[in-house]
Amino acid sequence: MKARIKITLKNGVLDPQGKAIGNALHQLGFDSVGDVRQGKYIEIDLRETDKAKARAALDEMCKRVLANTVIENYDIELDGE
Amino acid sequence: MKSAVIVFPGSNRERDMLYALEKTTGHKPLAIWHQETSLPEVDLIVLPGGFSFGDYLRTGAIAGLSPIMSAVKEKAAKGVRVLGVCNGFQILAETGLVPGILLRNTHLKFVCKEVKLEVASTASDFTSRYTKGQIIRCPVAHHDGNYFADEATLNQLEAEDRIAFRYTSDTNPNGSIRDIAGILNEKRNVLGMMPHPENLIEPAQGGTDGKGIFESVLEAIA
Repeated sequence: MKARIKITLKNGVLDPQGKAIGNALHQLGFDSVGDVRQGKYIEIDLRETDKAKARAALDEMCKRVLANTVIENYDIELDGE
Repeated sequence: MKSAVIVFPGSNRERDMLYALEKTTGHKPLAIWHQETSLPEVDLIVLPGGFSFGDYLRTGAIAGLSPIMSAVKEKAAKGVRVLGVCNGFQILAETGLVPGILLRNTHLKFVCKEVKLEVASTASDFTSRYTKGQIIRCPVAHHDGNYFADEATLNQLEAEDRIAFRYTSDTNPNGSIRDIAGILNEKRNVLGMMPHPENLIEPAQGGTDGKGIFESVLEAIA
């Protein structure tokens, strides 16, 4: 099954890249743009049919390598959910 | 003094570090490839600067999972001194050997210049040869050197005198919170710092302000 993982910066963590993107959007005239935050999106193909097991494995992957929980939150989405 | 420099794919300051260690200690350091699983008896382990694994995912994240890092963590727990410079600091932060993390520089640019550092703590095997409050020159070269940790961690670091170096407020090159340039772990045997003391150890490099770190370790093992 396929997993989609979204990694976002926690509130309060400075995001210079998000700020730069926001500035660029303003320069293009998108005046309605407010705060911009940049994150990561990771797709993983898993050889696993049990959703609970898949989720547990993905949770461990996020904690151990995909996200740094000092500054990032993660959100796991599995196929068909 | 016996020392070892860990080499990762993408390390690029290991030669500078090997040179500085030999020059300041008089002994040839070992270069250890990241796929090794054990370390010999040494007085100092160094994680050098560079762009290990292309900075993929997060700086230092993939290197932190290298086989050698289990051995480095074991040695650190036993009290062996570990120095992480630049990418080495990023690896230490990713493995949790020191708290916090290094974010992208606030101005988004790679910065390569000389800064001024205040020696904030002399209570460590890395900084004892300096005097507290001493201002030293030191080069920096990085894109992700913006130190960040939550308020509780920062307050704890300050209360426990674990901030080894701060940028002087007018030379903070990356937006690091509270001007932090280098920090110690709880047991004070691990130092992570963004600036490159190994690049200022002899007059031919323009000065010797970085030498104190290596001399401090020498003094500690004497």
